[in-house]
Amino acid sequence: MQATLGRIGLWFAILLLAIMAIAGAQDSGFAIQMTIVGIAAFIAMVATARAHDPLATKTGMFKLPDGPEVYDDAPVRWGVIATVFWGMAGFLVGVVIALQLTFPQLNLEPYLNFGRLRPLHTSAVIFAFGGNILIATSFYVVQRTCRAQLAFPKLARFVFWGYQLFIVLAATGYLLGITQSKEYAEPEWYVDWWLTAVWVAYLVVFVGTIVKRKEPHIYVANWFYLAFILTVAMLHVVNNIDLPVSVLGSKSYPLFAGVQGALVQWWYGHNAVGFFLTAGFLAMMYYFVPKQAGRPIYSYRLSIIHFWALIFLYIWAGPHHLHYTALPDWAQTLGMVFSVMLWMPSWGGMINGLMTLNGAWDKVRTDPIIRMLVMSVAFYGMSTFEGPMMSIKSVNSLSHYTDWTIGHVHSGALGWNGMISFAAVYFLTPRLWKRERLFSLRMVNWHFWLATAGIVFYAGSMWVAGITQGLMWREYGPDGYLVNSFVETVAALHPMYALRAIGGVLYLSGATLMVVNVWMTIKGRQREEAPMTSAPYDAELDRPIVSAPALAAQEA
Amino acid sequence: MNPHSTYEALRHLADSWGLIAMFFVFAFLCAWPFRPGAKHSNDEAANLIFKDETDGE
Ligand code: HEM
Ligand code: HEM
Repeated sequence: MQATLGRIGLWFAILLLAIMAIAGAQDSGFAIQMTIVGIAAFIAMVATARAHDPLATKTGMFKLPDGPEVYDDAPVRWGVIATVFWGMAGFLVGVVIALQLTFPQLNLEPYLNFGRLRPLHTSAVIFAFGGNILIATSFYVVQRTCRAQLAFPKLARFVFWGYQLFIVLAATGYLLGITQSKEYAEPEWYVDWWLTAVWVAYLVVFVGTIVKRKEPHIYVANWFYLAFILTVAMLHVVNNIDLPVSVLGSKSYPLFAGVQGALVQWWYGHNAVGFFLTAGFLAMMYYFVPKQAGRPIYSYRLSIIHFWALIFLYIWAGPHHLHYTALPDWAQTLGMVFSVMLWMPSWGGMINGLMTLNGAWDKVRTDPIIRMLVMSVAFYGMSTFEGPMMSIKSVNSLSHYTDWTIGHVHSGALGWNGMISFAAVYFLTPRLWKRERLFSLRMVNWHFWLATAGIVFYAGSMWVAGITQGLMWREYGPDGYLVNSFVETVAALHPMYALRAIGGVLYLSGATLMVVNVWMTIKGRQREEAPMTSAPYDAELDRPIVSAPALAAQEA
Repeated sequence: MNPHSTYEALRHLADSWGLIAMFFVFAFLCAWPFRPGAKHSNDEAANLIFKDETDGE
């Protein structure tokens, strides 16, 4: 009782502080953001009070596990739902900005223009969709592989809900025009500080669970998760060393300036790709591919080498985002060399994932979840081949600033990150809600094909667009002047942008099937449907041969 | 030391001894799963994800 009162008091204090911050706010954006903080504190206060009622602990927002003999899966369940929800939001905004680039009339000033929706898209898909599936699967996997319940269950709840508040603050901030203008690090200083608190709590929960493990080994997936959590903490803190203009205003200025600021930003940006979108998702690969295939990882040793090679190489590759800039030449070369070296461990990891299916390749035909996993790992290989190639300075001089980069991003994002997340959602949903099977496996199959077709449209159109753009920009006439004006290059891309938008719609419709499927599975429904495959049977051939073929065989 | 020579000193350290040290740490860490007798524990680790097949919550 006392503890509950204490916690209610704490939420109330935060609510009061938020109200005071609203009153003293220096800009309207900050006032709106603090209103959101106040509402969140109020919801937390009510939920804490309700959770005190012993009946409500079963269903409440902070539901704790029923006892020490079960895994703590409530945050994982919320995480799966949040993944699906934010995924839909992020893909939808992706389609909207793709349409805005095709039909500029769709720019609705000021709140829904391209400049504000674009960071909304990137943050929604990377941090909200990707982040939630990473948190959910890491909590699931670390418990299963350590054979231990999640450490610090209350802190784990803070991690989940605190992370959602971070997303809401970041997303509403962009629409209000609050931004640091650093790609993938747009949220302003107070949101950064909040995320730091949430992230430290995440680290504590994760490490705490590993420390209390009942298994002697720490399974390799946990290494990747831990590298992801630690590195993101370091990157986030260093890249967000800012000085706020006022403690009651949203604006801040970074301490690093000029080329140093650029280098820190892309050291952050590249390793966000390397550790958020790669290491964290590789952890998922090292758990879900063997699990779904029912056979252990092809080579455990290779997975360890994969791990250390990524750790030692990725950190140096960031300068490939700054080719031909004011960055010292040696740093650009360093970034290029390390990027090219990255190709090898990446493909080692891909081979490790794919070869796990050795002897079970028939599952690619019969199990659409395996098919998603295979496609995902194949796209990991695809984008980690394309990336090193684009890091070579002469190639980058063509690809940089063009849609080729956008194509590269989305073959990684839609193919690798998207597909493996969908597979994880389909893997987890029946298990978490104790359902015998998914609502429909055929819908998973449809999701797979819609998503694949979407990626083909997206990546294909962007390669064509990127190379067109790059070549048009550098085309000189005999008089030494550029042949094309910028607007001509934009007009040339119009059909490609339309194709990209079609790809986005296909991808989004696949994800819509996932919403239905997950929803129905949670409700406990099962669709009546023919199984995906059955062994082929031909009554005509199913009989002994009665004529005398021996003679024919002799003659031959 | 003025800032410029700090930069020079760190840079020379980084591309000589620093690089060599990092390389050997890396080589050691990669060789570790190949140490004699590691095969068994590797196999065990690779298979531990299947131990929970029947229980769970
Ligand atoms: C329906 C699916 C999607 C569509 C239609 C879509 C569309 C777009 C568009 C139009 C842009 C802006 C490109 C430009 O400025 O020229 C963009 C940027 C971006 N998107 Fe997506 N997107 C989708 C899904 C995703 C997913 C799932 C992820 C990540 C997991 C992702 C990550 C990104 C990133 C990182 C950028 C910034 C790229 C850069 O600055 O180089 N997108 N997207
Ligand atoms: C070996 C691995 C990889 C290397 C060496 C690499 C290299 C590159 C290069 C050279 C660029 C273009 C930089 C520029 O010209 O501005 C780039 C952009 C990008 N890559 Fe990769 N890539 C790799 C893997 C991946 C993967 C697996 C993803 C995951 C989804 C990914 C996501 C991105 C993103 C989001 C950008 C756009 C950054 C921006 O906003 O400008 N990359 N990468």
